[in-house]
Amino acid sequence: MFDLNGKNALITGASGGIGGEIARALHKAGATVTLSGTRLAPLEALAAELGDRAHVATCDLSDAASVEALPKAAIEKMGSIDVLVNNAGITRDNLFMRMSDEEWQSVIDVNLTSTFRLCRGVLRGMMKARWGRIVNISSVVGATGNPGQGNYAASKAGMVGMSKSLAAEVASRGITVNCVAPGFITTAMTDKLNDEQKSRILTQVPAGRMGEVTEIAAAVLYLASPEAGYVTGTTLHVNGGMAMI
Amino acid sequence: MSDIADRVKKIVVEHLGVEEDKVTETASFIDDLGADSLDTVELVMAFEEEFGIEIPDDAAETIQTFGDAVKFISGAV
Repeated sequence: MFDLNGKNALITGASGGIGGEIARALHKAGATVTLSGTRLAPLEALAAELGDRAHVATCDLSDAASVEALPKAAIEKMGSIDVLVNNAGITRDNLFMRMSDEEWQSVIDVNLTSTFRLCRGVLRGMMKARWGRIVNISSVVGATGNPGQGNYAASKAGMVGMSKSLAAEVASRGITVNCVAPGFITTAMTDKLNDEQKSRILTQVPAGRMGEVTEIAAAVLYLASPEAGYVTGTTLHVNGGMAMI
Repeated sequence: MSDIADRVKKIVVEHLGVEEDKVTETASFIDDLGADSLDTVELVMAFEEEFGIEIPDDAAETIQTFGDAVKFISGAV
C-alpha cells in the first residue's frame, strides 16, 4: 500500500519540521523528491540524509517570479511533478485591531497566493498525465479561527475553498486536490512555548498530547498515494480531537 | 484539406472521441462536439504542442469551432 515508486514529488517548506517529515515519508514510499524552501543549508542537509532521488530547489514564496520558476526547476530535475505538497507557511500574528496591511498581505501572499500559483504551475503536466496529487497543508485554525491569527486563519481557510474548487475542475482528469489540517504539532515553533502555555493548549485536545510530525506526514502520504484516488476536495483533520469537523 | 486542418482534426477526434465527419468547419467544440470547458483548455494545450506555438488566453477564448482553430493556427505557424 501507498507505493510511490516512479512518482515525482515537490514539497515546499521542506526545511521545516512538518515539511521535512513529509519529504521523508514520500521518499521512503519510493518517490523522487524535490525539496523547496528559502534556506539552502537545511534543504541540502535533508537531501544528503535521504540520499538518492532527492533534489533541492530554493524558492522565495513571497516573490511571484521565484514561485513561477519553481515548478519548471523541479520538472527539469525530476522530469515531471506527479505530487505537489504545498506545506510552506508563515505567521505574522497580531491582534486584529493592530494588524498592519503588510502583516496581512505577507501572510496571504506566502501561504495562499503561492499555493495558487504552484497549483496552476503543475496542472498542465498532471492533466496530460491523467494523474496528479495535490496536498495543501491547511491548519485547524483555518476552520476554527484563532485570536491573533486573523491573517493566518484567513489564508488557511482560503486554501480549503481554493482546493475544493480546483478539485471539482480536475477530478475527471485523475487529479485529486485535498488539504491536511494539522492541529497542535511538536515542531521547533511549538518548542518555544513554555510549559504553562503548552498545558493550557492541551486542555483543548482530547488526545491529551501534541501531535507528531510523523502523524502529519502519514496523512499526506495517504492522500498522495494511488489508493486515495477517490478522495478529493476533502480536508483531513489531524488534531487529536481538538476540533471534530 | 490542408495539412494543418488534418493535424487539428486528428487532435480533436482523438481528444474528444468524436467521429471524423462530425468535425466540420463550423462545428463548435462545446455545442456540437460535446467538449466541456476543461476539454477546450486541453485542446489548446494540444494545439500548442503539435504546432510549437503559444496561444494566449485571450486568443484561446476566440477559438470556438474547428474552423476557428485551423484559421488561428494557420496564421500563427
